[in-house]
Amino acid sequence: MAVLLAQRLLQSIAVLFGVAIVTFLLLHYLPADPAALVAGRSATAQMIANVRHQLGLDLPLPLQFWNYISGLVHANLGRSYVQRSEVATLVAARLPATLVLMACGILVEVALGLTLGVIAALRRNGFIDRMVMTLAFIGVSSPQFVVALLLLYVFAAQLSWFPMSGYGTPAHVVLPALTLGLLGAGWYARMVRSAMIDVLNQDYIRTARAKGLSGSRVVLRHALPNALLPIVAMIGIDIGQFMGGVVVVEAVYGWPGIGQLAWQAIQQTDVPIIMGVTMVSSLAIVLGNLLADLVAPLLDPKIRIR
Amino acid sequence: MGVVMRKDVVMKKSWLRGAAIALVLGAGLANLGYADTAHQGGVIVVTYKDDMATLDPAIGYDWQNWSMINSLFSRLVDYKFGTTEIVPSLADTWTISPDGLVYTFKLNPKSKFTNGRRIAAADVKYSIERAVNPKTQGPGGGFFHSIVGQDKMADGSATTISGIEAVDDSTVKFTLSQPDATFLNVLALNFASVVPKEAVDAEGADFGKKPVGSGAFKLDEWVAGQRLVFSRNVDYFRDRPNLDGFKVEIGQEPLVAILRLQRGEVDIAGDGIPPAKYLEMKNSPDAKDTIVDREQFETSYITINTTKKPLDDLRVRKAINMAIDKDRIVRIVNGRATPAGQVLPPLMPGFDKDYKGYPHDVAGAKKLMDEAGLKDGFSTTLYAMNTDPNPRIAQAIQQDLAVIGVKAEIKALAQPEVIAAGGAKDQSELIWSGGMGWIADFPDPSDFYGPILGCGGAVTGGWNWSWFCDKSFEDRATKADAMSKPEQKDERFKVWAKIFTDIQMQQAPWAPVFNERRVVAKSKRMGGADEVYIDPTRVIDYEAIYIKS
Repeated sequence: MAVLLAQRLLQSIAVLFGVAIVTFLLLHYLPADPAALVAGRSATAQMIANVRHQLGLDLPLPLQFWNYISGLVHANLGRSYVQRSEVATLVAARLPATLVLMACGILVEVALGLTLGVIAALRRNGFIDRMVMTLAFIGVSSPQFVVALLLLYVFAAQLSWFPMSGYGTPAHVVLPALTLGLLGAGWYARMVRSAMIDVLNQDYIRTARAKGLSGSRVVLRHALPNALLPIVAMIGIDIGQFMGGVVVVEAVYGWPGIGQLAWQAIQQTDVPIIMGVTMVSSLAIVLGNLLADLVAPLLDPKIRIR
Repeated sequence: MGVVMRKDVVMKKSWLRGAAIALVLGAGLANLGYADTAHQGGVIVVTYKDDMATLDPAIGYDWQNWSMINSLFSRLVDYKFGTTEIVPSLADTWTISPDGLVYTFKLNPKSKFTNGRRIAAADVKYSIERAVNPKTQGPGGGFFHSIVGQDKMADGSATTISGIEAVDDSTVKFTLSQPDATFLNVLALNFASVVPKEAVDAEGADFGKKPVGSGAFKLDEWVAGQRLVFSRNVDYFRDRPNLDGFKVEIGQEPLVAILRLQRGEVDIAGDGIPPAKYLEMKNSPDAKDTIVDREQFETSYITINTTKKPLDDLRVRKAINMAIDKDRIVRIVNGRATPAGQVLPPLMPGFDKDYKGYPHDVAGAKKLMDEAGLKDGFSTTLYAMNTDPNPRIAQAIQQDLAVIGVKAEIKALAQPEVIAAGGAKDQSELIWSGGMGWIADFPDPSDFYGPILGCGGAVTGGWNWSWFCDKSFEDRATKADAMSKPEQKDERFKVWAKIFTDIQMQQAPWAPVFNERRVVAKSKRMGGADEVYIDPTRVIDYEAIYIKS
């Protein structure tokens, strides 16, 4: 177990290093000059050169990269050109909001996906099944910004059930979490449905029914746990999906998380923030996958760690 | 059935609410109403989409933080509210030597920082040196170029500016290397704001997050990505402001901000009205008086790289000017602009109202192309910012140019990338300036010359994207700026007017397209004339706005 953990950790570090190289190079070759941006529109060539020197942008590329990596090791993500603030501070101030949103989003997708999936499986090929699967199909295929604006318009602007935007109370999180979770809920409903149908046809279910167990007990105690395995693996991967989704959702709902930070930084070509958010999201994705790998054997003894 | 009932309830509820609103409104119109008189007190809510970058007056240089910095700090001189007239502020009085080279200011004895310390002449010297110091990495140091010794401080070879002297505690003296008619305007810029050295030293690079000044307001709280809370500075040396405070909410999409404003949750939607919502609001009798729509010191234009073939041919540049259908482009922005024929915007002193510029004349343009030996046209690149409506405007320009045989490939990029392309001599060809259009820093025509049409701006990373550098115009500009005596003011504006129309007629380095108006949405309870919401130099004048009593 310890060996496996060490192995996985090393792999994770290698992945993060790779991400750092690729983003660093991509952003370095972006045709924008940070020194000219910082120096402003009335700067002389001399002033721009001064700023370039102070930002360390006149150093050879490998040295710049080395400085960046050695900063990363010390949790130093550099300093934003536009916001004139430590990137680590900016990310740390916004990370809790994103984590809350992601946790609520996962809750929505699991709760909604499981319920709908089980109901559809039990009413297979009936009217309810078709309704649920249509809904799931819509959920999977709707762009998140459309869903976000629709929910905002109907439930906040027209019905006033929820605040329009912002952060702080449980009411604020409902619409963003729903938007974020709907896509996953659609996937989960479809997956749970097929896994349940599969399991419900197994011999041991028939045995359980034959023993005279109640329908709900058969479904909840015998069928569902076995249908859940693929889902657990998916939640880990979902964290990666969500990292993309939060950018859109946070922008629409004014949610002060790192997605919004990234979106602003991209528009302003604020390279240190883009790098910082990319690194933090990569870390989250790597950790999510690691977690899924570690949890799976605990739930299913058939998956052995070798 | 359940669904039907539920709907019924909702409908009833909204009907009741509608009736209640009608009643309240009716009563309000009958006897309460809002009286539009200045009233002391109240806290308002302002929204913006993006985080404030910084509130450091030596660094902040965007139209969101500009107004806030302006309200947090004071400067030696300031503008009278809603106008472009210079009035005393931290300086009570000043004298200018007959040769226009020495400015001496006497400080207001009542002025103090919000940390309680009295403001001294040494603070003024320190603050301007800090703005020029390359270590500050501020964008405004270049504005102080006429002070003796500014160049040495800017290139790092001196640690102080010899031309600024704290004569005694309340007297500060500036010595200029050449007369500068715009010097008082420069001292009214945010970059000349006075800051306390001890607070800057204590916060270091984070001074912009924890600013200490002597302005109308002070910053109480800043939660990154969420809000900034400002409250009235009770020790302010003037009898303003009207408001007790204002709260800036960050991360609000412009459309959401407008919806909240219509529900009374927001008082000023700082990002303005999204194009999709503008016509609807403008045409609705209810929303009409929530729109403030005013001219500003802005021109949007196409720069033409005068050093690159075949754009170096004057006939080609004139043909491009004549090919653009400006009225159509104005329609693309829902009429939120006025077609422009010259470099200077109409509000700017020196604007020549008799000069109409090049007409939209396709046949004439084709004839010029023919004369230039380009009957079959040529290919070029048109850079534009990638945010709406700029790509659509670029397409309109592309179509107009295609008519005279110029095949322009559009590159719609993020703002910094367009700026980088413009500041690279071999890369810049045609650039649509929309979204980055020149908004004057101060109400003087010279600000439309130096950085964007003068030789000083024609450097790598500069803003003179036409790479226009003409010695004869450079001489005329220097002579005009030396006319610094107050009685020469009108004469000087006439000289500048001629410089700009001559540049356009003789060289045509730009195709001016339109002067964009600024649009802000404010709630019905907000009072004050339109010019305090779109102030010519402050953007929003937090000091002058008020809630109606």
